[in-house]
Amino acid sequence: MTDAKDERRPAGELEASVMAALWAAGAPQTPGQVQLSLGAGLARTTVTTILSRLHEKGIVDRQRQGRGYAYVPVQDAQGLTARRMHTELDRDSDREAVLARFVAQLSPDDERVLRDLLEPGER
Amino acid sequence: MTALLLLPLLLPCALPPLARRALDRLAPAAALRTITAAAVVLAGCSVTALGAFVLTGLLKLPVFAALGELVHPLRTASDLFVAPAAATSVGALAVGAWTLVRSVLRQSRALRVARTAAGCGPAAGDLCVVDSPHPDAYALPGRPHRIVVTTAMLRTLDADEREVLFAHERAHNAGGHHYFLAAAELAAHCHPALRPVRESIRLAAERAADEAAADAVGDRRLAARAIARAALAGRAAPAVRPAFLPAATTGPVPLRVRALLSDRRDSPRAAAWIAALVIACATVSCVASATGMIDFHHRVEVAQGDERA
Repeated sequence: MTDAKDERRPAGELEASVMAALWAAGAPQTPGQVQLSLGAGLARTTVTTILSRLHEKGIVDRQRQGRGYAYVPVQDAQGLTARRMHTELDRDSDREAVLARFVAQLSPDDERVLRDLLEPGER
Repeated sequence: MTALLLLPLLLPCALPPLARRALDRLAPAAALRTITAAAVVLAGCSVTALGAFVLTGLLKLPVFAALGELVHPLRTASDLFVAPAAATSVGALAVGAWTLVRSVLRQSRALRVARTAAGCGPAAGDLCVVDSPHPDAYALPGRPHRIVVTTAMLRTLDADEREVLFAHERAHNAGGHHYFLAAAELAAHCHPALRPVRESIRLAAERAADEAAADAVGDRRLAARAIARAALAGRAAPAVRPAFLPAATTGPVPLRVRALLSDRRDSPRAAAWIAALVIACATVSCVASATGMIDFHHRVEVAQGDERA
C-alpha cells in the first residue's frame, strides 16, 4: 500500500480508520501513536487534521499532552443508549436475515477447519 | 394444462443444487445476481401456478361459476384432482403468506432497532461504533449507508484487518446486497424448495463482499485472516468438540476463508454452462406457467361461451 494510494482515499474512510484506531487502543492516543498503529500509509499531518476534525464534530475528546494533544473517543449518554439497543438486538436472531453480518456463528467443526486453514504462517 | 402448471411447482426443487454449483463456479457477484434472479422468477411462477389451481377449483363451485358468468361447465381434469389440488394450493398460499408477513414484521422491527442504535449523531465517516464486549459487525443500509462495528471487534483485529472489515461492509452497502437478501427471503416463503437457496444467496453476497475487500486491500491472505480471526473471536470459549465428526458440514465462514486462500478459478466454459442451466430452469418455469395460464384463460372463455372449443 503506497502513501499516494492512502492519501487519495475519501475523507470519510480515513475518519473511520482513525476512529477505529482510537477505539482499538483503549487509551488516549497522540497523532503520532495513531499514525504508527495505522501503518505507514498516512502522513502525520493528515492524521492530525482528521483528529481535529473528529474533535470539532464532538465525537472525540482531547487532552493536553506535552506540546500537542492526546485524543480519546467520547463515550456519551447516546453511546450508552446505543449499547442497550444493541443488546436488545442481540436477542433477535432475525437480524441475520436483513443485516449482512461480517461473520456468522461458528460450529465446533467450523472452528477446527478455520484453525487448520490459518495454521501455515499464522501467529 | 395441469401438467404445465405442475412444472413451475417442481422446478424450484432443481434450483438448490444448481445454486450451490453456480456459487462454486461463477464469480461471486455474478452468482449472486443469477441465483437471486432465478429464485425470484421461480417463486413468482410457482405462486402463479398455485393461484391457477385455486381459481380452477373455485370455478367448479356453482356460486363462483355463476359469478364468472360461465354458461358451460369448465372443462378440466377429473374432479378427483381439481378439488384436492385447489384445497392444497389454498393451504400452501395461506401458509406462505402468513410466514412472509411474520418475517417482514420481525425484520422491519430489527432494522428499526439497528437504525436507532446507529443513528448516533455525527459519525466518523460511515463508521458507527457500538461499545459492546461482543465482537460483531454489520452493514446498515440507509441514507447514508453506515457500517456498525462493536468495540470488541475493533480490538480483535489489527489496523490492516480492520480495513478488510470496513471494505467488506462497504461492498455490501455499495452493492445493495440487502435487496438481494430481501428477495431471497421473499422467494423462500413462496416455495419450500427455495429455502436452501436463501442460504446460497446469503453466502454469495458474503463472498462478493469478501472479494471486493480483498481487491481493496490488495491481499487475499490478509482478507482471509481478518475473516477467520473475527469469526474465531466471536466464540466466547473454545468449545469441546468431538474429533470424530467429519468436517464436511462446514459452515459459511470456512468456505469463505478457503475460497480466499485458494484463488481457484474454474474454466469459463463450466461457469457458462452452470449459468445457462440456471437461466434455462427459470425460463422453462416462466414458459410453462405462462402457457398454462393462457390455456386456462382459453378454457374460461370457452366456458363463458365467448369462444369455441
